[in-house]
Amino acid sequence: MANEVCFRNLDLDRPWLLDQYQRRGGYEMITRILKDQVAPSQIIDEVKKSGLRGRGGAGFPTGLKWSFINRDLPGAKYIVCNSDEGEPGTFKDRDILRYNPHALIEGMVIAGYAVGANAGFNYIRGEFWEPYERFEAALEEARKAGFLGKDILGSGFDFALYSHLGAGAYICGEETALLESIEGKKGQPRYKPPFPAQFGLYGRPTIINNTESLASVPEILRNGGEWFRDLGVENSGGSKLFSISGNVSRPGNYEIPMGTPFAELLEMAGGVRGGRELKAVIPGGSSAPVIPGDQMLGLNMDYDSIAQAGSMLGSGAVIVMDDTNCMVKVLERMSYFYYEESCGQCTPCREGTGWMYRVVHRIEQGEGRQEDLELLDDVAAKIQGRTICALGDAAAMPVAGMLKHFRDEFQYHIDHKKCMVG
Amino acid sequence: MAGSKEQLFTPEIRAEIDQWIAKYPAEWKQSAVMAALRIVQDANGGWLSRELMDDVAGYLEMAPIAVYEVATFYSMYELKPVGKHKICVCTNVSCMINGSDNIVGHLEKKLGVALGGTTSDGKFTLKEVECLGACGGAPMMQIGKQYYENLTPEIVDSILDRLE
Repeated sequence: MANEVCFRNLDLDRPWLLDQYQRRGGYEMITRILKDQVAPSQIIDEVKKSGLRGRGGAGFPTGLKWSFINRDLPGAKYIVCNSDEGEPGTFKDRDILRYNPHALIEGMVIAGYAVGANAGFNYIRGEFWEPYERFEAALEEARKAGFLGKDILGSGFDFALYSHLGAGAYICGEETALLESIEGKKGQPRYKPPFPAQFGLYGRPTIINNTESLASVPEILRNGGEWFRDLGVENSGGSKLFSISGNVSRPGNYEIPMGTPFAELLEMAGGVRGGRELKAVIPGGSSAPVIPGDQMLGLNMDYDSIAQAGSMLGSGAVIVMDDTNCMVKVLERMSYFYYEESCGQCTPCREGTGWMYRVVHRIEQGEGRQEDLELLDDVAAKIQGRTICALGDAAAMPVAGMLKHFRDEFQYHIDHKKCMVG
Repeated sequence: MAGSKEQLFTPEIRAEIDQWIAKYPAEWKQSAVMAALRIVQDANGGWLSRELMDDVAGYLEMAPIAVYEVATFYSMYELKPVGKHKICVCTNVSCMINGSDNIVGHLEKKLGVALGGTTSDGKFTLKEVECLGACGGAPMMQIGKQYYENLTPEIVDSILDRLE
């Protein structure tokens, strides 16, 4: 079964409108919760039971994250949504904002109620102007209908929700960099601990979740945590949006159960374009190590299956590459990205990303040296685990993955000063 | 800072910035700096002068250096004049696989400028950008606030020809 959660209204005409959202039970959940004064702990338990894990890429259990906040602490607490979608290959949150913004709003109000927060921000990347306007229009509808603001539906619960627009920085997808950015600063990650649940936005307890995670909450609660969990497989509850791009006939977002065989997803996307051979797949955004095509065809789209193959499900961004692609060129482009996007705060990442890019670049240009592959192994290994945030790891892992699976292609470039692909 | 806040910006710009300030706690006006920079940049033909950044600092009661830090950190702010239309072409992996090199080559030839350049008539600036989160429509580009997806050289021509 497809399209059961975030995309369940996709078949409707203009599904982003409030009345369309309500036609299929939208805002019923928050109405019931507020009317019955459902215990916050019960909501958190249900989300825990669902097996929902952070859809932004880290895969941390959402319910567990919510339980880290001290609900009884007086003073401001915040719910922050991370719509700073920037992991190369990922384009699912854009479609949630465009086609199902009310599910996100309802999910954020529920999250606010559950952890005792009365304000929320949705951090939308600055380039997403159309999704931002769609979300703003939905906010306006929700305010008018009484689902946002003071004394929601006469319950005495207040929740104010606003958008914050980014201005172009991949690093702001990192949760603490995102908080810095809302505070009007450069997006440079903070040390953890303290974690945002203790010291978050404006120094206050804060829950940060990805757009897809929060937009899944109303359906999870409407149908029960077990229902959601059973859509998927062990350790990977629910269905998930997969953004599939690259050399496929029908690229796009597909909401399918966790654990669906990759081969089925590829078929949904029309298969490899032009019937060419599947060479390689990046299964979870460009930070996820590449997997050779034949191996990928035996894997399922869930956290454990992809992890066992030495990569990660990440954001669910699947980049499909056929046999015309040169892996050196692909890695060169990815290395440039991390070099460009490193915030510059930690030396291993700031210097290491540029170093890796320069080495891959010279190999691609036919100027590689025999010692370069060991050098790349070494630099990548020395970045990993030595930085404040995960960008350093994200830059190092694709290098390690490419050299593990396609080392001969890199060696060929060095030996022959040209590409073996043509 | 010279003069009072009422002398900074037009009433329309002040009203727009004030709408953003209102979203954040009263003691966190600084949270509106990203929006304020975008608003004044848009009103200034797409770029930020030192004076404009200083005015934003004055308006939000920030140290000028804190505003410069933000303006230089985020890629959507321009610190030098740009063309009337800023063409941002994604060349990241999914777009590259789908021929973004051809799109860049076509644009460079058509406009007679390299990436990063502005046409001599000041109409277009061509810029390479990182993943814009529309990989399902690769190759793609952004002009102003609009995304254009599934590009071919012919489609690029028709889009540019429609821009005034």
